[in-house]
Amino acid sequence: MTMITAFILIILSAIVLIPFVSVLWKGMITMAAVTSIAILSSITSLQTLAGENFEYLFQGSLITGPIPVRIDALSGWFILIINFTFITGALYGLQYMKPYKSQKDNLSLHCISYFVLHASLIAICSLQNTLAFLIAWEMMAISSFMLVIFEHYKGETLNAGINYLVQSHICIMFLTLGFIWVALTKNSYDFRAITQFSTSNSLLTGVALFLCFFLGFAIKAGFVPFHTWLPYAHPAAPSHVSGVMSGVIIKIGIYGILRMLLLIKSDYLVIGYIILSVSTVSGIYGVMLAILQHNLKRLLAYHSIENIGIIGIGIGVGCIGIGKGNHLLAVLGFAGALLHTLNHSLFKSLLFYAAGNIYQSIHTLDIEKTGGLGKRMPHTSILFLIAALAICGLPPFNGFVSEFLIYNGLFKGLQGGDKTLLSSIIGGVFGLSLIGGLALLCFTKAFGAIFLGTPRHHFEHPPREAGFWKLLPMYAVVILLMAIGLFPKVFIGALSKPLGLFMQDMPDTIQSTLVPVSASLSMIGIYSMAFILLTGLILLLRKKIIGARINTRNVTWGCGYIAPTAKMQYTASSFVRAYRKLAEPLFSIHKNKKEITKVFPTGGGQETHPYDKAEEWFIDYPLHLIKAFLNRFIFLQNGNLQFYILYGIVFITLVLAIPFVFEYLKSLINFLNKL
Amino acid sequence: MISFLLIIVASLFFTGVIIRTKSFTSGRKGPGIFQPMKDVIRLFKKGAVYSKTTSFIFQIAPSIYFASIIMAILVIPFGQYKGIISFEGDFVFFAYILGTGKFFSIISALDTGSSFEGMGASREALFSMFAEPAFFILMGSFALLTGHTSFQEIFASLHFGSSISYVLGVLATTVLVMITLIENSRMPFDDPNTHLELTMVHEVMILDNSGFDLGMILYATNLKFAMYGALIANLFMGSAPLYFTIPIFLALQFIFAITIGFLESFTARFRMNHNAQYILALSSVSLLIFLGVLLVLGQFN
Repeated sequence: MTMITAFILIILSAIVLIPFVSVLWKGMITMAAVTSIAILSSITSLQTLAGENFEYLFQGSLITGPIPVRIDALSGWFILIINFTFITGALYGLQYMKPYKSQKDNLSLHCISYFVLHASLIAICSLQNTLAFLIAWEMMAISSFMLVIFEHYKGETLNAGINYLVQSHICIMFLTLGFIWVALTKNSYDFRAITQFSTSNSLLTGVALFLCFFLGFAIKAGFVPFHTWLPYAHPAAPSHVSGVMSGVIIKIGIYGILRMLLLIKSDYLVIGYIILSVSTVSGIYGVMLAILQHNLKRLLAYHSIENIGIIGIGIGVGCIGIGKGNHLLAVLGFAGALLHTLNHSLFKSLLFYAAGNIYQSIHTLDIEKTGGLGKRMPHTSILFLIAALAICGLPPFNGFVSEFLIYNGLFKGLQGGDKTLLSSIIGGVFGLSLIGGLALLCFTKAFGAIFLGTPRHHFEHPPREAGFWKLLPMYAVVILLMAIGLFPKVFIGALSKPLGLFMQDMPDTIQSTLVPVSASLSMIGIYSMAFILLTGLILLLRKKIIGARINTRNVTWGCGYIAPTAKMQYTASSFVRAYRKLAEPLFSIHKNKKEITKVFPTGGGQETHPYDKAEEWFIDYPLHLIKAFLNRFIFLQNGNLQFYILYGIVFITLVLAIPFVFEYLKSLINFLNKL
Repeated sequence: MISFLLIIVASLFFTGVIIRTKSFTSGRKGPGIFQPMKDVIRLFKKGAVYSKTTSFIFQIAPSIYFASIIMAILVIPFGQYKGIISFEGDFVFFAYILGTGKFFSIISALDTGSSFEGMGASREALFSMFAEPAFFILMGSFALLTGHTSFQEIFASLHFGSSISYVLGVLATTVLVMITLIENSRMPFDDPNTHLELTMVHEVMILDNSGFDLGMILYATNLKFAMYGALIANLFMGSAPLYFTIPIFLALQFIFAITIGFLESFTARFRMNHNAQYILALSSVSLLIFLGVLLVLGQFN
């Protein structure tokens, strides 16, 4: 209780304080608020990972009923992920927001939204009353909207923000629908009513209820085809906010799906197949679009969709495991999904912070204009490289560990089973390996185009490396990232309690199934370390051997051409041209081409604008239809005040009259029945 | 351990045999089979020229590439004998550690800021990305067939019994040979002897490497050949005793090298822009193997 009171008091006092203090203190107070909230919630969360669940029952009101605050191991795991990303985000944000010092009021709102968002995410993970949950969810939607539209004076940012706000509310609509369905039949707002609902109804109803929630949470998480808000919102937001959004806000959708899986006792096999196929499509589609992007943050946003797909494949495998009664499969799938949630929050926030460094140094995110930044910004380039390797799932970094778990789950799933199971699993294997290869193509492109070669564009101010305080949170992320890659066993051990929740029917098997898993994982840690050592050894040897020799430096070999310019380098677009040609039928790529003609050409050029076909079909086309339909009623909006008052009166009359008419009709029917 | 040593031995003569075969079919005498190794040693002794454009990536990438291939070789078993690295799901580690090396070789090509090397890097990234699913589906099919998920267990318990399984063996060999040719950038996907930078894949990526680094990269290619050869040899060794398998292994490596030599002598390189489709079609051959395994397991009855 004292914990919760302290939690609420910290937030309220910070909200009251921030508008009245100087800009420097606004940042400091935000930092303090985020840290103290994080410490408070982390203590409870760490206890839950050790097996001590937290439960407190608020009295609530007549409307809400009692409000239970329950933090179990699953909530604990997510709260810890949220806390870490929010602290690094706040540290990075303190420095990132410095150029905006003059916008005092705007910054107050931004700071308040930041820790309100943090608090509401923790609340979502711990509140288990439908109404309270929805209120927290709404708080999250609005505060994150505020964060996204920090640069609201740019039309593009505002558009992206509103797009995000609308889609967040469609997500809330689905959740509300699901909750109403449960509350109608069970007459209780407690989450436990959902379990009762699913056990007392048929399996099919359970699946339908799950799908209703899944739709809602999938919009938040960004599964294809509900992903369209992501590529707009991420680039529009300030970098620390994009890092936090991609790192944890979309993960709250994953939390929701996992929570519903725990609550709804239903046909896990069917649910597993659905999640597996949606996720495989999301993963491949996300990365396929990511490769084509020219804007770095947009590229990263599409990668979030890909990684959500990978997490989803893990969840799907886990569900199939539960459905089939195969414990190893369930453990591997869920462990992979949960660990990848953590991993993605690390390397993706790191990538976004690196993108922020690039943006503040050269004021553009167009990767066709960058190049050669590696020499100017050595720290950022190394950090970006590490994150890029990790996101491609390459050893010795953390991405490999979680992908390995999911792969292992898929291959274990191949041992025994029927045709449907085997084919869907081989589909998952195909998807995951293709995603890995495509991610490699994408990040070699991004890293190569931004940091390597020579600058493609002349900037008035030469690019400068970010300061120490900006790099500090990034290095903190790297330490954790490396730790997971090299000592995966520790982290899989921490996962035993959250995994136990999914295996409640057989609590004693969790330890015995984890043993072989952690054995393979410790091998990976050892061999990753061996790989680093071997590389170091070879580098040392190389240095010893060639150190004394005469090594000269000269221009890059250009087939004998002696006047190369920066424009002759291979660009990002040409790097993926062969791929684009192949993928063209799947996407709508708008091309603008100006051919070179005549003997003395005046100017030629080509532009490609990749556009998302799913967005075209699922968002733009229906919107177009709705607009066309609503345009028929445009005569109502005639600008006459008198008419508007009339509409008001008509509306009020209708509202008042409908019950009367209803009653009258009822008595009329009764009367007719009596006859 | 034994596989590691034998792969090193095979790597010494592998490329030499290919070159010798090619010169034989074109009516020349050709260099000795250890000539490629002599070239590598000569390179190890030389100084180097580095491009002014390059950064530290260009310096470290060849070493990382070499280390990744050594790590991958350590995973390869020898029939029933484990490789130095062996655990459940080790072939995922095998494929991904090679991926790390590839990542660095690609970005080191981009580091030169050349107008050619990016071209090769782009092709290498694209081709190997499409080859990945074929490998994983192949290994998945074997995992399904044998019920194991590590290289050594799979190869030790792989038995060819029915007529379908012989077909599977042939298909699997085809897929692995093709993957070898893609990964090593040989004909029909890439012509290592071409003299036009525009048509090269792997060769153009290393245009700016010289001296010790180039030596390492060239030797890594030999190692990679022998490594994939060993993988194919493992398909046929089963759990026979050592005095039987070591000759088989070396003979298979020889045959494999000669086959590649013949293949390169009598086929033309594919059109570059059709390569990707062709490689993706390899996945469908892998799927065929998967269906065959389902057939063997009686899933269709």
